[in-house]
Amino acid sequence: MTSSARGTPSTRAVLSGDRRALARAISAVENGAPEADGILRSIYPRTGRAPIVGFTGPLGVGKSSVISALVGLLRERGRKVGVIAVDPSSPFSGGSVLGDRIRFERSADDDGVFFRSMASRGAVGGVAATTREVARLLEAAGYDLILVETVGSGQVDIAIRDIASTRVVVLVPHLGDEVQTLKAGLFEIADVFCVNKADLPGAEVAQRDLAELVSLGPQRAGFRIPIVRTSTFQPSGLEELWAAIESHEKYLDESGSRLDGERQRLSKEIVGQVRDRVGAELSTRLERDPSLRHLLDEVVARRLDPRSAADRLYKTRNRRR
Amino acid sequence: MGPKSKSAPIRVLIAKPGLDGHDRGAKVVARALRDAGMEVIYAGLRQTPEEIVRAALEEDVDLIGLSILSGAHMALFPKILALLKKEKAGRIPVFAGGIIPDEDARRLRKAGIRAIFGPGTTLDEIVRTAQSLARPA
Repeated sequence: MTSSARGTPSTRAVLSGDRRALARAISAVENGAPEADGILRSIYPRTGRAPIVGFTGPLGVGKSSVISALVGLLRERGRKVGVIAVDPSSPFSGGSVLGDRIRFERSADDDGVFFRSMASRGAVGGVAATTREVARLLEAAGYDLILVETVGSGQVDIAIRDIASTRVVVLVPHLGDEVQTLKAGLFEIADVFCVNKADLPGAEVAQRDLAELVSLGPQRAGFRIPIVRTSTFQPSGLEELWAAIESHEKYLDESGSRLDGERQRLSKEIVGQVRDRVGAELSTRLERDPSLRHLLDEVVARRLDPRSAADRLYKTRNRRR
Repeated sequence: MGPKSKSAPIRVLIAKPGLDGHDRGAKVVARALRDAGMEVIYAGLRQTPEEIVRAALEEDVDLIGLSILSGAHMALFPKILALLKKEKAGRIPVFAGGIIPDEDARRLRKAGIRAIFGPGTTLDEIVRTAQSLARPA
């Protein structure tokens, strides 16, 4: 398959801004449908310019509401905005309730916004395996700014790092004392801190604790992580939040670190794709290949240990090409 | 683009058109469909027909479920069906639940609402109907 700029009819429809075609292409990518491959290959050269702003933070801090308010502001400024909101899939049924649309207030005829809910579909880390590719589809369809909302995050759900050019960590007052901010994980990936629900008491304390964290942390020449207080209940701070996000995007360009970050993210993406394929191939082989099934039997019977079995399975990779 | 593979989860939009605030039923149904393995886009209260159709198209759903207890179903449901048709999405099946008198239910079925569930319907029946509407055998 070539990555011609024109591509198949469905690719052309996505590129022309056809919303229905875009919605279907997103489903194809999510479902790993055969046509997704061609679309993603053809659109790739047209992507990489739209900032991808990730919003992460614990359950219930107001990520959806902040994004909704921010989209209102951005539409006033003429930006075309794609929004991806990820919610968790059940590890039991595989089902999901995707509820971020509730908070999203837009006029029904505004074509400058495209909102898509995604289920995490078994991925850990706060986003779905295909979220990054869906962001590319949105950009190819003409949205010049992509906002991604992660699932409510725990301390180690930082997969948004591999997708977003700017990561906004959204918090609220009284989440814990300043020792919480010293812990590894979530607090380390922030390019911008947003203390939401700032109409509640304690917002200033939270901001102060974060300011201390930022001043003690690794310093980036020419950029200091902004800490912005917002409220969507008594609307305030949203202009400041957007200015903070833009200041980080500007820093990425001026410092030259945008390309470094992108290079690292793409390297991880490529290796991740190979790992998924090799993993799927090996697990099929272990279960179906008669000459290898005994390997698993041996481990179950405690006659062979998992590490030695892994060595043998790994060595079979190139055997039958 | 071809039909979705059978293994892809069913995506269903659950929305409440109109102005009543009784969303318990919609939430219970959303939960049951989730437990049946579906991806439920819960659009919540007080949605206009335009918002519902827009959400259905953006989210590329296989199915739309409407809950209504305000009595405005004869005005709102046909409007939603007409908007879907206008968007060339008339093939997305729509089912409904709430307080809908039998005579209205008959007319709405004729107009294209594929299933209507009144009080007392079991969740099991709703789930099975939703599954067969989204993935006809």
